Amino acid sequence: MFRRLPDAASPTVTLTIDGQSIAARPGDSVAAALLAAGIVTCRTTPVGGVPRAPYCLMGVCFDCLVTIDGQGSRQACLTRVRDGMRVDTQRGKRVAGR
Amino acid sequence: MTALLREAYELAVVGAGPAGLAAATRAAALGIDTVLLDEQASPGGQIHRAIAETPVQDHAVLGADYWRGAALVDAFRASGAAYVPGASVWSVTRGVELGLSIDGAAHVMQARRVILATGALERPMPIPGWTLPGVMTVGAAQILLKTGGLVAERPIVLAGSGPLLWLFARQHLAAGGRIAALLDTTPRDNRGRALPHLPAFLRSPYAVKGLRLIAAVRARVRVISGITALRAEGDTQLRAVAYRRGDGAEQRVATELLLLHQGVAPQLNLALAARVAPVWNDAQRCFHPAVDAWGTTAVDGVAIAGDGAGIAGAEAAVWHGRVAALDAACRLGRIDRAARDRAAGPERAMLERWTRGRRFLDALYRPADSFVVPADATVVCRCEEVTARQVRDAVALGAAGPNQLKAFLRCGMGPCQGRLCGLTVSELVAATRGVSPAAVGYYRLRPPVKPITLGELASLPKSRGAVGAVVRG
Repeated sequence: MFRRLPDAASPTVTLTIDGQSIAARPGDSVAAALLAAGIVTCRTTPVGGVPRAPYCLMGVCFDCLVTIDGQGSRQACLTRVRDGMRVDTQRGKRVAGR
Repeated sequence: MTALLREAYELAVVGAGPAGLAAATRAAALGIDTVLLDEQASPGGQIHRAIAETPVQDHAVLGADYWRGAALVDAFRASGAAYVPGASVWSVTRGVELGLSIDGAAHVMQARRVILATGALERPMPIPGWTLPGVMTVGAAQILLKTGGLVAERPIVLAGSGPLLWLFARQHLAAGGRIAALLDTTPRDNRGRALPHLPAFLRSPYAVKGLRLIAAVRARVRVISGITALRAEGDTQLRAVAYRRGDGAEQRVATELLLLHQGVAPQLNLALAARVAPVWNDAQRCFHPAVDAWGTTAVDGVAIAGDGAGIAGAEAAVWHGRVAALDAACRLGRIDRAARDRAAGPERAMLERWTRGRRFLDALYRPADSFVVPADATVVCRCEEVTARQVRDAVALGAAGPNQLKAFLRCGMGPCQGRLCGLTVSELVAATRGVSPAAVGYYRLRPPVKPITLGELASLPKSRGAVGAVVRG
């Protein structure tokens, strides 16, 4: 869905999303990294079970909630990628204890 | 400059956009022990987002107004104020005590005064299908460009109204992106209402810039104006945008990315949770916190600067931030009132210069009823998936305002805490009851204004007195 401008090429950070390895730029938020990798849907809603994607990318909509390194409902747009980070998409509610 | 958080400062500034950067810089220059707290990882706010690290190095892409932010950041860095990025402030309570989270750990800090510079967010634009993946705000796409050099691969559709719509269109084109259509929802009647404010606008710094911008976009993009209805279509992902002009037949444009925008509104959550009252601004069709000419509120120790106090734009926010810092210096005993007033003279002149022309823009881009009071089937509260029909039905059953609707429908009670539905719900209730949103009011907001876990709260350091107050024996 998105491509990088030539200036922004050469992603050097590797993270996994649902077990699949993706590359990102060091300054990327997790939400930006997912969109750059062509992963459009990041969760399903607790109420209707419908797919959602990052919507505002500035920390106000909470539609980009994902599980990061085992911790549920983190705002992907406010979390920077780190090498070796494990990201999982969420199905419905945050699992208790995560 | 980046500092470990101390337990107390004289002045805390929340938000590192134009207003916060300018306020913190000015305050530090006046000898005030200042900390700037910001939720983002680097300074600039949304307008100058990622300015110190953006991979988009061709200055023609983001434009001169974006790059002007570099001087603000440089001045702040040289100011001696402390800077704590990645800090989400979730409460401002009497004292002044701030609750905040950094990297998943909660902290409490004291300040004698606080200036909230939390800026604006995009006004919600609830249309059928706006929750589908493939629909984002214009601001979101702009953030992807600024922070990651990311541009949509295939032609996009832009829909809505207001300066940011046109600015992003130009940035997107300059970055090599393509636009299938720009669907302009600006109501035609607005022109007549804006006309009396045209002379002031023409004398403002915005006139030439704005006209050039729109002409540049129109020369390269299919602009369809007078749009009265929009719908995002798709099953699990956006496939097309359906639109209508007046009473005309519905038409359709295929796309995988629809960007919505209809102006911005102040971010209210932190200010209102600190018990500052909301005030309805009919010209801008939004609420803003009650502040005086210095940005000072009726809540002891709390001031608000920049777009968070009322929408006036990035340039005005700088001068508003400086004025708020002068008042803080006066209240902290650094300067007397006469010195404050003297120093504020030139700053107020600049503030006046950069707010000139605003009333024209407010009138011209005031959103249409049909895009702020949605049709029955449209989702209003994205978190709890509450539709406009449910809100209307609850009002018919006797829910008089937004706070009763929380009990009826849970709208506004999801993780976004009403940020994406608050204005819509107030407008919907007002329209259903036939009164002004001023009479309906806004959600009552309480700390924490960001979701934090009980574990995070429990990990806060506690005094013996606090423990003794709740532990028996």
